[in-house]
Amino acid sequence: MDFSGIFATYWPKLAEGVFVTLQLTLLGASIAALLALPLAIVRLKAGPLLLVPLRIYVSFVRGTPMLAQLFLIYYGSGQFRPFLQDIDLWAFFREPYNCALLTFVLNSTAYQIEILRGGLLGVPQGEIEAADAIAMSRLTKYRRVILPHAYRIAWPALGNEVILLMKASALASVVTVFDLMGETRLIFSKTFDLSVYLWAALIYLCITAVFVFLWRLLENAISPQLSGARRERTPLTRGAA
Amino acid sequence: MLDLFSFGEAGWGDELAAGLLVTVQLSVTALPVGLGLAFLAASASLSQIRALRWTGKSYTTVMRGLPEILTLFVVYNGVGLLLNALAGWWDPTAGPIEFSPFLAGVIALGLVFGAFAGEVLRGAFQALDNGQTEAALAIGMSPWQVFKRVKVPQVWRFALPGLGNLWINLLKDTALVSIIALDDLMRMTKVAAGFTKLPFNFYLAACLIYWALSVASEVVLAQLEKHANRGIRRA
Repeated sequence: MDFSGIFATYWPKLAEGVFVTLQLTLLGASIAALLALPLAIVRLKAGPLLLVPLRIYVSFVRGTPMLAQLFLIYYGSGQFRPFLQDIDLWAFFREPYNCALLTFVLNSTAYQIEILRGGLLGVPQGEIEAADAIAMSRLTKYRRVILPHAYRIAWPALGNEVILLMKASALASVVTVFDLMGETRLIFSKTFDLSVYLWAALIYLCITAVFVFLWRLLENAISPQLSGARRERTPLTRGAA
Repeated sequence: MLDLFSFGEAGWGDELAAGLLVTVQLSVTALPVGLGLAFLAASASLSQIRALRWTGKSYTTVMRGLPEILTLFVVYNGVGLLLNALAGWWDPTAGPIEFSPFLAGVIALGLVFGAFAGEVLRGAFQALDNGQTEAALAIGMSPWQVFKRVKVPQVWRFALPGLGNLWINLLKDTALVSIIALDDLMRMTKVAAGFTKLPFNFYLAACLIYWALSVASEVVLAQLEKHANRGIRRA
């Protein structure tokens, strides 16, 4: 074990890995956030024709290991190679990075739908009635009344979801994406020095700590009237379906 | 199509079933390890002694912040290297020791479960009404009786929803041990997919099996919660 020597030699590789981890996490969470909002509204408003497939999707994603989902997309797509080549999508599925990103988006969307659903349900009925009473259009009502409040309610849970996605993104290393975990495994296979895992652990913890700090700052920024007040936080566990 | 999943020589049904058995064995073995660690972590976090409190909090905080797969690799490679170093020191002529991936899986999954469940249990213990403990002591119950008859039934009720979610996460996390070459459901699926060149069919089948396990767990957990909450009047 050469704790400092490992870092001195391999820090550029670890830094590259951190960059890929952050990129996968932030890109995955952002795309999922864009998809989750309309789907959460559908989840609350739509009839059974849309509701049933949506509930099956959410239950499937939450009830299966992310590793199995990743393999289903990455290896499973190989079975449809001629078809995917015909529609020019093979170039996308051939890249492990794309498959990992797609898995994270599909996964995080399902979790974010449920979180936002909770947020939307938490908006007091009186506020919506008041907006109706002053004849706000539907779009204005969402933009100025419902969504700001729903996002404030959902904010801590959304932060937890991003942290969980960051941790889960380490799975990408299994399909040869060189994120922080991938670089770490590569360095370990060269050196057999366990301290590289400890460095990776330290870096993951630092990323989480910095993220939690930034997320709180943003939380105070989007709800200035509440800043300083201690609010209840949801525990760091993913709810089951 | 279905004969792919038949039992016997032709199909992969028995291989997948053997993998499923390992998956279930692993979860069921890791659960008590995790619950034991969780109980220790919760007691340490609530202890009067500062050093213990610090230890408990550090364990739950660090372990919850690490990717599960990293924990698994640290345990698998770390304990393996340590065992071999110890063996080499004890008897330099001894050959390399193989650290069982099953044991590594149990330890790693137990550590992860213990950290999350430790926080759940701590919350449950803190949610207990102090007046009840005082009342029980006042009528002459011993501390052990108070623990067994007053605290445990309520902690169980408060903690069950959280522990249920963690159990389902544990089931899903067992898929990770396929990476360290344990023949669980995920790895048997990989073998079958590679052999038949039908990865989509087999990974979809594996997903459906995991999904069935999760849904079945939810049904059982709902029953357990109903039982734990018997006699509670809903406001």
